[in-house]
Amino acid sequence: MDITQLSHYQQAIMLLAAMIVLTSFLMLGQSRLLRLVSIFSVQGVLLAITTALAADVLNSPHLYISALLTLSLKGIFIPFMLHRLVVNMGLHRDMETLKNPARVMMGGTGLVVFSYYVCLPIIKLSPLITLNTIAISMAVVLLGMLLMITRRQAVAHVVGFMSIENGLFFAAVVSTYGMPMVVELGIAFDVLVAAILFGVFFFHIRTSIDSLDVDQLNRLSEVEK
Amino acid sequence: MIAAYLLLFIPLAGMLILSWVNDSHQAGRINIRFNTVALIASLWLAVNVLLQGPILSNTQMIYIDSFNVYLIALTAFVGLTTSIFSGPYMAHEQELGKVGKKRLRLYYTMYQGFMLAMYLVLTTNNMGVMWVAMEGATLATVLLVSLYRTPESVEAAWKYFILCGVGIAQALFGTVLLYFASEQIQGIQENALLWTVLYKNANLLNPSVMSIAFVFLLVGYGTKIGLVPLHNWLPDAHSEGPTPMSAILSGLLLNDALYAVVRCKMLVDGSLGNHQAGNLMMGFGLLSFLVAVLFLHRQHDIKRLFSYSSIEHMGLMTFAFGIGSPWATFAALFHMTTHSLTKSAIFVTVGYASQLAKTQRMEKIRGLIHTQPAIGWGLLMGTVAIAGFPPFGVFASEFLVLIATMDDYPWLTPLLLLGIGIAFAGLFRQIQPMVYGDVPQGQLPIKANLWPVMIHLGIVLCLGLAIPSFLGNWFNQATQLISGKLPL
Repeated sequence: MDITQLSHYQQAIMLLAAMIVLTSFLMLGQSRLLRLVSIFSVQGVLLAITTALAADVLNSPHLYISALLTLSLKGIFIPFMLHRLVVNMGLHRDMETLKNPARVMMGGTGLVVFSYYVCLPIIKLSPLITLNTIAISMAVVLLGMLLMITRRQAVAHVVGFMSIENGLFFAAVVSTYGMPMVVELGIAFDVLVAAILFGVFFFHIRTSIDSLDVDQLNRLSEVEK
Repeated sequence: MIAAYLLLFIPLAGMLILSWVNDSHQAGRINIRFNTVALIASLWLAVNVLLQGPILSNTQMIYIDSFNVYLIALTAFVGLTTSIFSGPYMAHEQELGKVGKKRLRLYYTMYQGFMLAMYLVLTTNNMGVMWVAMEGATLATVLLVSLYRTPESVEAAWKYFILCGVGIAQALFGTVLLYFASEQIQGIQENALLWTVLYKNANLLNPSVMSIAFVFLLVGYGTKIGLVPLHNWLPDAHSEGPTPMSAILSGLLLNDALYAVVRCKMLVDGSLGNHQAGNLMMGFGLLSFLVAVLFLHRQHDIKRLFSYSSIEHMGLMTFAFGIGSPWATFAALFHMTTHSLTKSAIFVTVGYASQLAKTQRMEKIRGLIHTQPAIGWGLLMGTVAIAGFPPFGVFASEFLVLIATMDDYPWLTPLLLLGIGIAFAGLFRQIQPMVYGDVPQGQLPIKANLWPVMIHLGIVLCLGLAIPSFLGNWFNQATQLISGKLPL
C-alpha cells in the first residue's frame, strides 16, 4: 500500500502512532527520572492530539471529552504529580544505571515485530489502514512492560504502568473510535485513583525501606532466609 | 429491578457514611448493618429472578440472570458473615496497637467500597464497566493489604497493585478487541459492549479477533483469579493483609474474576464454535492446580498455606469450566459455592488462631484444641472440609469434577486425583500438630465469635448431604445458560 494514497487523516494517525512508539523507546533508554516523566507527558499529549483528531474527522463529540480527559490526566496532572514527588523526595539527582541498554533496545524492537505478527489477522480483516496502529498500540503496551521489568525505581514502574494504559487508550481510539462514554469515564476515574494511590505508596515504601528501589522489596518469598 | 439498584446503592451509601464515623466500634456495627441490608436486597433480587427469569434494566446497563444472581447472593452472604467477624477482630487488633483509629476508618470505608465493586462486576451488563469495577476492586483493597504498614505488608500491597494493575490492563486490551469485533457487525453504537447484545450476535463476531481477545481477557482476569504463573501476588496479599480481607479476597474476589472469564468464554464459544477457549482454560486451570498443591508443602505461614489452597481450588474450577460439558459446569458452579463458604470460614478461624498464638508461623502455633476447643475444632473441621472429605460439600463438588473429567478426558483424572492426594497431605501435615500439639506456656483463650464459621461449615455440610431443590434448580438453569444443556 502506498502511503500517498491515504487520506490526510490516516497519514496523520500513522505519524502520531510512530511518534508515540518513539516516545516509548525514549522512555526505555532514559535513565534520569525527571526526563522520564517529561517524555511520559509528551506521550500523553500525543495521545490527546490523536483523540482530538479522531473526534474532528469522525464528527463524534464524545471523543472531545475523552481527549480533554486524556490531556488533563495523562498530559498534565499525573506528570505534574510525579514531577513534584520526585523533586520532594530528592530523587531528581539520582541516575539509574541501565544494565545492557543495547540489549533492552533490541528486545524492544523484537516486541514491535512480535506485535505486528500477533495482530496480522486483525490487520487483514479491515481495509482501514489505521488498523496498522493496533499493532503499534500493542507494542506500546509491551514496551511499557519491558520498562517495568528493566527498572528498579518505583517511579519508573508507575511511568511504565501508565504508559501501558496509554497504549490501550490509543488502541481504543484508532480501532473503535473510543469506548462508550460510561466506560471511558470509568477508566479515567480508575486511572486518577490509581495515580493518587501510587503517590501514597511512594511514601509508604520510603518509610518502610528508606528508598524507592523496588529491588529491596524482597522480604516475601518462597525461599526461607 | 429496584432490588438491583438498591444493591448498588447500599454499599455506596455505606462508603459515604463510614468515611465519617470515627468510633471504630460503632463503625464495625454500622458495617454489619449495611451488609445485612445488602443481603436482604440480594435475596429479594434472587427471588425475583427465580420467579420471573432474567431481568434487564430499562437502560440495559444491568442484566441479571440465574448465573450471576446466585453469585450475588453468595457475595452478600460472605460479605455479611465476614463483617460480623471483622468487628471484634479489628477491635482486638486495635487494642494490640497494630492499627489506629484513622486506618480503621479507612478499613471500614474500603470494605464497603470493595463490596460495591463486587456487586458492580456481577450486576453490570456492560463488559467495559465490568473491567472498570474489577480494577476498582483492586484499588479498594490495595490500601487494606498494607493496613498494618509493616515493610512486609507494604511490599505485598505494592506487588498486588503492580501485578494486578498490569494484569488487568491486558483484560482492557481484550475488551477493546471485543468492542472492535462487535462494531464490525453493527457499526459504532453505545450498546456494542453490552453483554446481552454481544451474546445475541456471538456467532457473527469475527473468530480471529475473538480468539486473540480471549487470550488477553483470560490473562487479565486470570491474574485476579490467581492462575499460575500469574499468582505471585495472591499469597503475599493474603498473608500480610488483615484476616477479614483474606477471607473476602479468597471467598469473593477470586470467584468474581472467574465469573468475568466465564462470561467472556460464553461469547468466544459462540463466535468460534470450537473448544479453543475451553482448552486454554483447562490448561491454565490444571497447571495452577498442580503447582499450588506442590507449594502447599513448602509453607511456613498459616495464611500463605490457605492462600495456596485457594489457588488450587480456583485452578480446579477454571479447569472444570474449561471442560465445558454440562456436568463439569454444574460441578464448577457448585464448587464455587462450597469453596468460598469453606475458605472464608477457614480464614476466620485462622485469624483467631493467629491471635491466640500471637503469630502466623505454623511451627509456633500449637495445641489449639487444648487451649480453646472451639478454634481447634473449627480449624480441623474447616481443613477436613476443604481437603474434600465426605460428607462436606467440597467432596461432592470435587467428585462431580472428577466424574465430568472421566467422561471427557479420562487420561486427566489420575493427575487430578494425585493432586487432591498431595493437597490433603500438605494440609494435614501442618494442621495436625497445630491442633493437637503440646500447648506452649502462657497461651490463653481469647474472645472469639465462631458463629460465622459454624454457619458456613453447617451450610457446606448440608450441601454435601443434599442440595436443596431451589438451589439445584438454580445451578441447573445457570448450567444450561453456560453450557447450553441441562446436566440431567
